[in-house]
Amino acid sequence: MLKPFDVMLVGVGGQGTILATKILARAARKKGYDIKVSEIKGMAQRGGSVVTQLRLAQEVHSPLVAEGGADVVLAFEKLEALRWLSYLKPEGTIIINNQAINPVPVLTGAAAYPEGVLEYIGGRVHNTKVVKALDIALNCGNPRTANVVLLGVLAKHMPIEREIWEQALEEVVPDRFLEVNKSAFAAGYGI
Amino acid sequence: MKELMSGNMAIARGAYEAGVTVGVGYPGTPSTEVLENFARYPGVYAQWSPNEKVALEVGIGASLGGARVLVTMKHVGVNVAADPLFTLSYTGVNGGLVLLSADDPGMHSSQNEQDNRYYALMSKIPCLEPSDSQEAKDMVARALEISEQFDTPVMLRTTTRVSHSQSMVQTAQRSVPEIKEYQKNPSKFVMTPANARGRRVQVEERMEKLRRYSETCSLNTIHWGEKEVGIITSGISYQYVREAAPRASVLKLGLTNPLPENLIKNFAAQVSRLVVVEELEPFLETQIKALGIKVMGKDILPGIGELNPQIIARALKKAGIPVSERYRDAGPLPVDDAAPETPPRPPVLCAGCPHRATFHVLRKLKLTVTGDIGCYTLGSMPPLSAMDTCVCMGAGVGMAHGMALANPSMQNKAVAVIGDSTFLHSGVTGLMDVVYNGGSATVIIMDNRTTAMTGHQEHPATGRTLMGQPAPEVDLEALARSLGVKRVQVVDPLDIARFEQVVKEETAAHEPSVIIARHPCALLNKERQQPVTVDAELCIGCKLCLKLGCPAISGSGGVVEISAIQCSGCGLCASVCKQGAIKKGGQKDA
Repeated sequence: MLKPFDVMLVGVGGQGTILATKILARAARKKGYDIKVSEIKGMAQRGGSVVTQLRLAQEVHSPLVAEGGADVVLAFEKLEALRWLSYLKPEGTIIINNQAINPVPVLTGAAAYPEGVLEYIGGRVHNTKVVKALDIALNCGNPRTANVVLLGVLAKHMPIEREIWEQALEEVVPDRFLEVNKSAFAAGYGI
Repeated sequence: MKELMSGNMAIARGAYEAGVTVGVGYPGTPSTEVLENFARYPGVYAQWSPNEKVALEVGIGASLGGARVLVTMKHVGVNVAADPLFTLSYTGVNGGLVLLSADDPGMHSSQNEQDNRYYALMSKIPCLEPSDSQEAKDMVARALEISEQFDTPVMLRTTTRVSHSQSMVQTAQRSVPEIKEYQKNPSKFVMTPANARGRRVQVEERMEKLRRYSETCSLNTIHWGEKEVGIITSGISYQYVREAAPRASVLKLGLTNPLPENLIKNFAAQVSRLVVVEELEPFLETQIKALGIKVMGKDILPGIGELNPQIIARALKKAGIPVSERYRDAGPLPVDDAAPETPPRPPVLCAGCPHRATFHVLRKLKLTVTGDIGCYTLGSMPPLSAMDTCVCMGAGVGMAHGMALANPSMQNKAVAVIGDSTFLHSGVTGLMDVVYNGGSATVIIMDNRTTAMTGHQEHPATGRTLMGQPAPEVDLEALARSLGVKRVQVVDPLDIARFEQVVKEETAAHEPSVIIARHPCALLNKERQQPVTVDAELCIGCKLCLKLGCPAISGSGGVVEISAIQCSGCGLCASVCKQGAIKKGGQKDA
């Protein structure tokens, strides 16, 4: 019996959540999970807040993660971590990319970007992991692989073996980007 | 082989496997990917039509010609296609015809939420509702069989969570039936009153046959659990119910029009309490109540927005019905006073979007702007706040004319803005109306050379088809002139000085005018210009550029900053800056 596992990927349009979702889904299928993925497209594409919900179990019915139901919330951006925090299980893990992307109300001065997001979440969630994914991705040779760095961190917290992740990565990522993505994944996994 | 597919991909696959050879539609979230995926299969023909009405009419023709046909649109698209739909119900089909209606409960990307099952009820056609991708695929084939067996169009009704959620799908080989021969049959296909009266009777006979079919067909299934509670449900709600109340008995309706009355009565008789769980309107509930059966439904569940397992569990629990342990204690989460304020992150016009320049000028000139549906609807939001209305595709043109009729002082103040794809969808007749009835509205066609909002689909003025073939381009200038518009100007909105001048001229004119604000969508422009730079010494922090709402510009301190990664180099901010502090890429300091 495979352990049910719910994940939320939250971020901002254009941060590469779609590729991360594809790799994650491939790995879950290889492990033998039934899987459902829910993504909202449309207006959300234009720089809005984006959220992907993945549910893994022997048999999945609803494609939606319940509030308080996510085993892991993987936040590609700090403010989005705060926005979707209520979806995390009390004993769940939140992985936060230490990056701030200002929404338009902040850019125009109509609102302020909240201070102390990491402290607030860290004070409430025992399993808070803050990752400087952009820096790590730069070290690996391509800032665009920050999404795969974060996926590597997530992989460590999921009941799927590393070899399966690596196979999924090879199957999903185009050959010419594979090496840099492999090292990005390894860097995330090693944290 | 099993593959992970979205509902939309699965519908495309289902159409391919079932031998659909003609797919037609108009883009609209959440339906768009169906036709895009279908077009990639070998041996099929797929096309975008200028609007949903034309799409359905092409579909009707293809069906009469003998092919199996899939016609796709979002829920509001069915409003546009309703005219042919209601009479197609009378004529019936030759090759099977499936109409996909992708509804959007919760309005993720729509101007309203409407429950299109009522269209099936009102036009007297069968309605199938899948609850996951496998069913979405399988139901296309079933819908085609029903269409041909009962001589009727069939509605396949999805919702956003079915269309855009991914789940595992078992694929199969394709099998293409022979193209059916077309036979001239005026009493069936020429709906004059005399012929229509005959068909009207046949429609009722067909519904009676379908009612009998629904009693035993495998689309409607019972999942027996404990008999204290029975739940009747359909579509995505079925999946939510299985999570929220895993022990309840469930009657899952895959065919929701017409309803299997005896099956429902028998199910109701075997359970102590009966609940109908459905998103949006009490479509099933009202009909079940009309059978004299006592049920709970919208008295405990919301009729607005999407459902989810938590909402259902909360409602069932309140009604004293046992729910899953996982959701038993589901309730509103406690508000934490210490939580930092979370500002919203609304969608915005992209950096470099030409619409931003258009709206900047319209706002500056303090015009009343009747708007339309597309990316440019985002121009209504702060800080641009430059659009006054948004009703439906094409509405802005007629509305600008109407405003001037009501109040002559609006004559030189109200302008309509409409995208190129939307203009071709349903703006042309509105413009014709302005000219014909002696109006003097100014219509700005925001021509970004694509259908941007739904993900860059081709349309009759882009020069390409859905299948990637070159196509003749509609000449928008000539089209406007042919309608009788004498004043037509084409201008690049990013040349804001000239654009402003043109808008002033045309709004002042006492006759209809069309301004084609032409600049390709920023996301289509592969050759990015160099990003602009800010001269910190010249910037006085007036924040005029911030009022453009460009995601590349920020300014919390005294001097604005422009993100070199986000900036597309369009130079709009440089044009707006009165201090000359923003330099276009490659420009040397003076």
